[in-house]
Amino acid sequence: MDFCVALVQIKPKLGRVADNLALIQEQVEQAILQQADLAVLPELALTGYFLKDLVPEVALTVYSPEIVALQELSKKISIAVGFVEVTKDYQFYNSAAWFEDGELKHLHRKVYLPTYGLFDEQRYLGHGDRFRAFDTKFGRMGLLVCEDMWHLSAPYLLAMDGATTLVCLSSSPGRGVDDDELGTAVAWRNLTTSAARFLTCRVIYVNRAGFEDGVNFWGGSHVVAPSGKIVATAPEFEPSLTLVTLTETELRRERITSPLVRDENLCITLQELNRISRERSC
Amino acid sequence: MSPLHINTKLVRRILVGFLRDEIWKVGAKKAVLGLSGGIDSALVCHLAAEALGPENVHAICMPYKTSNPESEAHARLVAEASGVQFSIVPITPMVDAYFDQFSGADNMRRGNKMARERMTILFDHSALYGALVLGTSNKTELLLGYGTLYGDMASALNPIGDLYKSQVWQLSEEVGVPRPVIDKKPSADLWAGQTDEEELGFTYRAVDELLYGMIDQRAGSEELVAAGFQQEFITSIYAKVQNSHFKRRLPVIAKVSGRTIDRDFRYSRDWGK
Repeated sequence: MDFCVALVQIKPKLGRVADNLALIQEQVEQAILQQADLAVLPELALTGYFLKDLVPEVALTVYSPEIVALQELSKKISIAVGFVEVTKDYQFYNSAAWFEDGELKHLHRKVYLPTYGLFDEQRYLGHGDRFRAFDTKFGRMGLLVCEDMWHLSAPYLLAMDGATTLVCLSSSPGRGVDDDELGTAVAWRNLTTSAARFLTCRVIYVNRAGFEDGVNFWGGSHVVAPSGKIVATAPEFEPSLTLVTLTETELRRERITSPLVRDENLCITLQELNRISRERSC
Repeated sequence: MSPLHINTKLVRRILVGFLRDEIWKVGAKKAVLGLSGGIDSALVCHLAAEALGPENVHAICMPYKTSNPESEAHARLVAEASGVQFSIVPITPMVDAYFDQFSGADNMRRGNKMARERMTILFDHSALYGALVLGTSNKTELLLGYGTLYGDMASALNPIGDLYKSQVWQLSEEVGVPRPVIDKKPSADLWAGQTDEEELGFTYRAVDELLYGMIDQRAGSEELVAAGFQQEFITSIYAKVQNSHFKRRLPVIAKVSGRTIDRDFRYSRDWGK
C-alpha cells in the first residue's frame, strides 16, 4: 500500500531520557497532524549517542514506561525508534523498536557495533545476533541500526527475507570537509542508493542533528526509491520533520523492470558461504 | 589541489553550528575571547559573532608594554569588522609586579606568564558576563605544543582546534577577516620583531603538509620520505608532537581505586546536555 513516512530528524539531549521522550512525542504528534502513517526516529533517539558510562543509567526494558508510552502512541501512527535496551540478565543493546497498532512488532539489536576511530560501542554494548524481516501494514520491512548498513550482508539478508523496505536508524558523525559535500554524507548516500539498487528495495534513512562534545551529527535523512534514486532529503545539520509518500506502484514497477531479487541464487550463495566458512575454520 | 584544501563554506557552517549548539546547551548565550591581533583569534571572533550575534561576543585585547602597537590596532580592526564588544586590559602592571621579584626570568618564562595572566583575565570576564571562554589554538600549534599550558591553550570551547594553520588562512578569507590580519606574518608577539616561522625554523605550509601526512593520513617515515620530506624534519616534528603530548591531556591521576576519573569513569563532557 502507499504510505507517508515522517523522517523525524531530532537533536536528542545526551542522557536525558525524559526530555527526549517529550521531544519525540511532540514530533510524532506533529507527524500525526500532518497525516503521516509512519514516524522514523534516529538511532538512540531516547538517549543521545556518546553515552559511555551512561549506558546502564539510561537503559530501558521493553516494559519501561517510556517505551510503553511510545507503544501507546503507535495506535495512531507506526513508530520506529532507537534506544538503549537492557534485558533481565543485564545485557545492554543498541536497539531499534517498531511499534504498530499499540504493539511492539519488532525489535532489532544492532549487530555491528563500531569500535574504531571515534567509535567505542563494543566497550559498552552487547551485539545483536540476527537480521529478520517482519510484516507491517506497509509491507515487509527490515530494520537496521547505522553501522549494520555498512555490512553488505545485513541489507542483503533482510531483502532475501522478503523485506521490500529497509529502514535504517542512524547517529552518524559528520567528517571530511575537503570536497564539495561532506564526506560522510556522500558515503552514506552511496551506501543507501547502492543498497536500494542492488536489492530493489526502498531505503528510509534517518539520521540525527546536533553536536556532542564537538562532534556534529549531519542530519541529511533521506528516502531512496527501489530504483536507487533519492526521492526526498531532509536538511543537513538542522533538526527537521520531512514527510515523504512512498507508492506501491513504484515498487511494483522496479521489481518488474529489474527482477534482481527474483534471480538472486540463494543456493549458490549458501553453498559458497558454507565452503568459505569450512575452509576458514580449518 | 593541496591535501589541506577545505570546503570553507561547509566548515564555516559546521563551526558556527558548533559554537551555537555547545554554548546554548549549557544555558549560556555569550562568549569571551582574547583578541591578539593575529589571524587565529580574528577567525574565532568572526565565527563567534556569526554564531551568537556580535552583541554577545566580548573580545578583549591584553597588550604588554613590549607588544607591537600594530597588534592592538589589528585587534581593533577585527572587532570593528565583526561588530563585537571590545575592550583593552593591559597586563603590564600585573606581569611587572611579578617579575620585580624574579628579575632574571628569560623570554620563555615571561611569555608563559603573560599567556597565563591573559587566561586569568578571560576566565574572570567569563564569570563577569556569564560567557564561555573560546580557545583560539589551531591544530598545528596544538600538535607541536607551540602554546602555553593553562595559558592560551586554556578554554571552554575551541572551534578551530581541528584546523591546520593553512586551513585557518583559507577560512579567514571566507568569513571576512580584515586583509592586513590575513596577510601579515604570524607572530606570538612575545618580543619585538618575533615571527613564528623564524622561531620554529620552518614554514607553517611545510609543517602542515607533514603533519597532515603523519597524523591524518597515518603515513610512516618511509612514505613521508618518498613524498619528499627530509628525514631530519620528519624526526624532529614527530618528537615535537610526542614531547608536547602532556599539554593535550588532563593531569595524570595516580590510580588506586576501582573507578578513576578519565580511566574507568568515562562520561562525555556534554553529559546531560
